[in-house]
Amino acid sequence: MTVLDHRHHTGVPGWMPGATAPRTDPAPLLPDVSPVRVLGTPALEKHDPALLRELYRRLVVGRRYNQQATTLTKQGRLAVYPASTGQEACQIAAALVLGERDWLFPSYRDTLAVVSRGVDPLEALTLLRGNAHTGYDPRASRTAPLCTPLGTQAPHAVGLAHAARLRGEPVVALAMLGDGGTSEGDFHEALNFAAVLRAPVVFLVQNNGYAISVPLSAQSAAPSLAHKAVGYGMPGRLVDGNDAPALHSVLTEAVERARAGGGPTLVEALTYRIEAHTNADDATRYRTEPEVDAWREHDPILLMDRALRELHLLDDGLAQDAADEAEALAARMRAEFHADPELDPMALFTHVYAEPTPQLREQAAQLSAELAAEAEVQH
Amino acid sequence: MSTASHPSPTPTLGGAAARHTSAARTASMAQALNSALRDSLREDPTVHVLGEDVGALGGVFRITDGLTAEFGADRCLDTPLAEAGILGTAIGMAMYGLRPVVEMQFDAFAYPALEQLFSHVAKMRNRTAGRLPLPITVRIPYGGGIGGVEHHSDASEAYYTSTPGLHVVTPGTVADAYGLLRASIASDDPVVFLEPKRLYWGKAEFDPAAPVEPIGRAVLRRTGTSAVLITYGPSLPVCLEAAEAAQAEGWDLAVLDLRTLVPFDDETVTRVVRSIGRAVVVHEASGFGGTGAEIAARVTERCFHHLAAPVLRVTGFDIPYPPPMLEHHHLPGVDRILDAVARLQWED
Repeated sequence: MTVLDHRHHTGVPGWMPGATAPRTDPAPLLPDVSPVRVLGTPALEKHDPALLRELYRRLVVGRRYNQQATTLTKQGRLAVYPASTGQEACQIAAALVLGERDWLFPSYRDTLAVVSRGVDPLEALTLLRGNAHTGYDPRASRTAPLCTPLGTQAPHAVGLAHAARLRGEPVVALAMLGDGGTSEGDFHEALNFAAVLRAPVVFLVQNNGYAISVPLSAQSAAPSLAHKAVGYGMPGRLVDGNDAPALHSVLTEAVERARAGGGPTLVEALTYRIEAHTNADDATRYRTEPEVDAWREHDPILLMDRALRELHLLDDGLAQDAADEAEALAARMRAEFHADPELDPMALFTHVYAEPTPQLREQAAQLSAELAAEAEVQH
Repeated sequence: MSTASHPSPTPTLGGAAARHTSAARTASMAQALNSALRDSLREDPTVHVLGEDVGALGGVFRITDGLTAEFGADRCLDTPLAEAGILGTAIGMAMYGLRPVVEMQFDAFAYPALEQLFSHVAKMRNRTAGRLPLPITVRIPYGGGIGGVEHHSDASEAYYTSTPGLHVVTPGTVADAYGLLRASIASDDPVVFLEPKRLYWGKAEFDPAAPVEPIGRAVLRRTGTSAVLITYGPSLPVCLEAAEAAQAEGWDLAVLDLRTLVPFDDETVTRVVRSIGRAVVVHEASGFGGTGAEIAARVTERCFHHLAAPVLRVTGFDIPYPPPMLEHHHLPGVDRILDAVARLQWED
């Protein structure tokens, strides 16, 4: 299910960019800015009910995860938290469409995707807690470290997918980016390399409307970010990023296409960052309350809840089960993050090189002496 | 060669040192580097070469000559013209267990890749508590003296040496070009391998099977008692020439070839300087904030009571690399080196 299947649908929500001027370009590679997949269409009934319930449950748990992590920041238990509140459908779908041997390349806002991939929250959040750069094992979890320099993880996904393809192994890499990241040179180079190498990669751009404070209109003049795929010779897909089943379908198709040797796909998911950029940001300086309210009405969980109840796939009991699971996760996070992490200053020197250089050995000895002197004073 | 003594906690995919049966031969540094790549590709199926024009052309300096023909385009890949993309792709390949060797076409053309190098290549092992080492070799032809127009002659080593997590290796002889490149490719740490392009065509007798000192060791190329010239890469032949000329002035100069800037061989440098008492650091990169400043400081800190004179530096000027018709004024030459030697307070 792609937006292309729905290009003649007319119910374009007013919040969507380009809704007033839909493209009619017939070129097959061109994504259509209008319309996107909208919940409530008969297509939803074609989805596996078990998958729909799974998406709902994960969305509810994911929302609670975002709320709890934000609260932990206010309590000083996390140094900073860039919330994906409102973007949970993107986070959940990105993790769900990948197989065990596939690789996820997340950005710093994508810890929910990392947790959804099976990484423990305590390990996924070390970067934002401040006790370690990467708390999980990237090889074991097939999840690259959270990437802060925007877009720079995209070529890594290409290289990994290329290497897997060279080895004849059916591995797909999915890189998660934001709308701001598409302005970076690395985004361009990654897409170009992926297309030229026919690498099994999916680029998921979560277009949440803002790069910190700068709106998309100041970021790009393209009709849509998905259009950028055309110039690289790969398909571009535009999808409602708050419509979890639609996004899941689009990503699944892209992953399958990549795995089958069809090459990369660029997927633009339209979504919205309900919270500020981070707890250190003040979103009221650059966006209006009515705009945020409009997006609250287009909330991924709200949409899912409404649609599933109409299809009689969700009742209060299932909803309560999901809420209970979410509360259990939140309670576990509160308990685990309440304790101070164990820190080993001497480990600063352990993993700079395979073996410390003579200079690092000297510096480690210096720090060791300083620590011993501190301990002496404390006694 | 003795790559086996290079620190490596786990058996490297690159395997142990090459023991080739091919006998000693006369070769240029370019040919020796080509042999090192060829032998690495032969012995280790995880080694992959990628870069601009490395395929049919064999690289603009012909260092990858014939590799695509012998190993196929998958092993020696012509990439799109985008250095960040090349290195970023290599990072992903290394994450999947390959051992990429990246060619940057010229020193200044490597700058688009610096973010990937500084933020990911140098840090990935550290960022992941050792779980994701990146055994990537980044080959960069560097330095001037070949009449290149602007952006083709930068001595950019200080950018790399001041970035923790990278090893920085630069050969000054044909034998080292082969041996150190083999060791760099076999290393589990990322290596910035700086090739002095003005030495590419100089020939010497070398035996691929003969061991060279490992990464991290300096080698005394000429013994002497008056003063030691501490140098590396493109400035090594200039220093040897200066030492020869100094005999006429009555100076017996030693020449110490660092070979590796990171890790730095404090032990050998300190021992040599203490035994001689006078030292001049020579490199063609700009002096301010350059590698020579670090070396002079380290030598002074460690050898103060053994020094008869301050450690002097002979470097390129603090200017953007000049047009080719003026570059000889910029590059340290024999006279400038001997002038520095003359200022080592001999009267005291």
